[in-house]
Amino acid sequence: MTALLTISVLVLVAIAIWQMTKIFELSQLHAKKSDRGEVATDEDNKNNGILMFAFLVFIYVLTIFSFWKYGKFILPEAASAHGDTYDTLLLWSFVVIFVTQTITQFLLHYFAYKYRGKEGKKALFYADNDRLEFIWTIIPVIVLAGLILWGLFTWTDIMDVNEEDDPLIVELYAQQYNWTARYGGEDNVLGGANVRMIDINRANVLGLDESDPNATDDVIVKELHLPVGRKVNFKMRAQDVLHSAYMPHFRAQMNCVPGMITEFSFTPTITTAEMRLKPEIIDKVARTNALRAERAAAGETENIDPWEFDFILLCNKICGRSHYNMQMKIIVETQEEYEAWIAEQQTFGQTMAMNE
Amino acid sequence: MSAHAPALTDDHAHDHGHHHKETFITKYIFSQDHKMISKQYLITGLIMGFIGIAMSLLFRMQLAWPGESFPVFEAVLGKWAPDGVMDADIYLALVTIHGTIMVFFVLTAGLSGTFSNLLIPLQIGARDMASGFLNMISYWLFFISSVVMVISLFVEAGPAAAGWTIYPPLSALPMAQPGSGMGMTLWLVSMTIFIASSLLGSLNYIVTVLNLRTKGMSMTRLPLTIWAFFVTAVIGVISFPVLLSAGLLLLMDRSFGTSFFLSDIFIQGEVLHYQGGSPVLYEHLFWFLGHPEVYIVILPAMGIVSEVMAVGARKPIFGYRAMIASILAIAFLSTIVWGHHMFISGMNPFLGSVFTFTTLLIAIPSGVKAFNWITTLWKGNLQLNAGMLFSIGMVSTFITGGLTGIILGDSTLDINVHDTYFVVAHFHLVMGISALYGLFAGVYHWFPKMFQGRMMNKNLGYVHFWITAVGSYGIFFPMHFVGMAGVPRRYYQNTAFPMFDELVDIQELMTVFALITAAAQLIFVYNFVRSIFYGKRGPQNPWNATTLEWTTPQKHIHGNWPGAIPEVHRWCYDYSKVDENGEYIIPGQDFVPQHIPLQEGEEDYEH
Repeated sequence: MTALLTISVLVLVAIAIWQMTKIFELSQLHAKKSDRGEVATDEDNKNNGILMFAFLVFIYVLTIFSFWKYGKFILPEAASAHGDTYDTLLLWSFVVIFVTQTITQFLLHYFAYKYRGKEGKKALFYADNDRLEFIWTIIPVIVLAGLILWGLFTWTDIMDVNEEDDPLIVELYAQQYNWTARYGGEDNVLGGANVRMIDINRANVLGLDESDPNATDDVIVKELHLPVGRKVNFKMRAQDVLHSAYMPHFRAQMNCVPGMITEFSFTPTITTAEMRLKPEIIDKVARTNALRAERAAAGETENIDPWEFDFILLCNKICGRSHYNMQMKIIVETQEEYEAWIAEQQTFGQTMAMNE
Repeated sequence: MSAHAPALTDDHAHDHGHHHKETFITKYIFSQDHKMISKQYLITGLIMGFIGIAMSLLFRMQLAWPGESFPVFEAVLGKWAPDGVMDADIYLALVTIHGTIMVFFVLTAGLSGTFSNLLIPLQIGARDMASGFLNMISYWLFFISSVVMVISLFVEAGPAAAGWTIYPPLSALPMAQPGSGMGMTLWLVSMTIFIASSLLGSLNYIVTVLNLRTKGMSMTRLPLTIWAFFVTAVIGVISFPVLLSAGLLLLMDRSFGTSFFLSDIFIQGEVLHYQGGSPVLYEHLFWFLGHPEVYIVILPAMGIVSEVMAVGARKPIFGYRAMIASILAIAFLSTIVWGHHMFISGMNPFLGSVFTFTTLLIAIPSGVKAFNWITTLWKGNLQLNAGMLFSIGMVSTFITGGLTGIILGDSTLDINVHDTYFVVAHFHLVMGISALYGLFAGVYHWFPKMFQGRMMNKNLGYVHFWITAVGSYGIFFPMHFVGMAGVPRRYYQNTAFPMFDELVDIQELMTVFALITAAAQLIFVYNFVRSIFYGKRGPQNPWNATTLEWTTPQKHIHGNWPGAIPEVHRWCYDYSKVDENGEYIIPGQDFVPQHIPLQEGEEDYEH
């Protein structure tokens, strides 16, 4: 398919160049009649006017093509409670954008075609019209006011990180180039921590305060497990440079900043197992695995293993050479599965005791 | 008193003609003449543009064919591409320097520096800039900063690689990445010199526009180019010093152990002593410049497009006053929207609300401009020269790129598209491509003014435009979908995430378009260089424009006009103006230059 696209692009370019040489020849002929030098002649105006119209068609076709071919690549259904509101707002913003885009591009290119210059034609001296200008000031004002208000209410809701509804407290800890998660443990309270208390020799890699009783039952893991339907309050820390905790499937992102604790909160609504059964995910996995099989067949050795869908946490703030591979798997599961899993994990206190 | 003024200027012109013996050095190198300085800016900017675009091709190839070996990588990158496979560190360095060069060196200095210098004195009717000497210093500081930036590409550990925004701590700690050593120091030194250059230039532009307008040239008779350059200079003077302070504080954190931006850092097995600083503070300082900067880039392009479009349409620009008002509104708002780059930086969410509000407000004057340009075309007699095509193209990309700003400016929606390819697509269309189109429009249009009446070949210009127009959309339109799929920017390759596997198709398509589009720029380079020496000479006023620059002789003289400076009697958009009988004001000519007095019974637009 890509090869086909490439070829069609090259063909289009070739046609453009061929057309240009024709214009060139024509203008040479014209030049004999009236020498306009390097200034556009009626012939130039005509050809470029027509190309302007063709370009309008090109923009429309490119848009339709992109949606048809690439539309399925965009992120699947949101897997968090606020994600639905997010997606609705996004959809309506896109509606506004596409209506405006379609109309304005049409007017621009159509005028460029329709009013292409001809010798002796008189342009209209039209310098001002307060009414028109008022109209196209006030319409964006109203539309934008709507979007702003809607956006602001949603924003305030999403960013209000509070302790209502007994949220699960999880710390996301970022360092070059991996993620660590820490759970509050039985008391659901994170023990105090600072990079100054990191003790690599004793495996205290997150710098927990060993004398803080809240820290003893903390659970430190390399895979993020979340129970479905329970609000999670994330506290983010970074130990070296800026990172950003990006969880695209949950429409969630927050930077991790050395020297401060940042927060984000959401409620996962779809488990990993449920997500894997969604038709769009099944399709995506099938497409991806077909590509991987192709690669394996071609004798490649990397990225050929079949893939199974998982939620993922990515780093989305440039952080150094392996920034592109800084990730952590997120597993959303039922309350029971979650409890079974967390019960198996070692607490910080246990890890320290083993070191003694 | 006014009666004596012309006589005085006359003498002045005489002075210029006789007493200055120009040597090669004073004429071509340390020139104080604004026309020569503008050419110096343009050529330096184009060379930097060549480097910047070439870099983008390298990393686009890496993105389309990750991990593949290319002989060109080995040839250009040397030790950074062992066996022709690009190294991850140099990938980050390439995107960093590409961004820096394109934003500052090409689109700030190359665009604004070139055309402010060329057009301000010529269009307002002045003999030169207020201070030719400062103007010369400004160019040479720009030149030095360019040289330092280029030198930084060759240091042992590689050039700066922390992204063009150089957020600390990544940019502050040499142990965080190799590019944060000498490479980053040189980056900071280069930018410091660049800021000095920009400030000297801007102050000169402001003073010149305010003080040296010719008789009759009121502020409301100025071409929109001058308004745009003037306001751009004002924004530059307000915001560049803040970047300087951010850079200096960062330099101190790096070299003298201060803690302005750093705190609680544990890296490579040890705790650093930094305490109490905040990277978020740096982000505020950086974007206090960084956001106005994008308007510093786009406003001159808007000014050029307004002017070229009016000339090309043979119509006055629609809504002249609204255009000025929107330039002023954009300039004002541009200084209070920087926070929209920081919605998820950890700053207080309430601030996010405020910045969403101001950011979406800026869409209103931008929209007014777009509608006014479209209306300018309506019922025109469009002369589709290459400059005009690029102007129309600029409006198109500005709309396409600007609209997605509604998504990014909304703090809620920004959460999930922040720092993805959606952002990259947005700003490349709205400020990168649009500003480049403005630059090209300006070059094609004012080439005869720069190079003694020679004109660029129009057919090569057409080929250049159409390939570029198709290619730019081909690169950046599909890129939105990559962003919507959740792909973060500044990833060396997307192979670590199976969910991005299927996007490689789009990546290849974009890279193919990028290679073709970049190749088309060589047509421009050829046309540009060839036309300097062999371009056909056109008439003195080839595009039949009304503005004052076309009343100067084709041959450059110091002082611009051989005799008295022309006096201005009307605004600059009297295209296709007719009297009550529907006849042109000057029979047989569809435009009335600004220095022609009002005819009997004619009313000036200004009233």
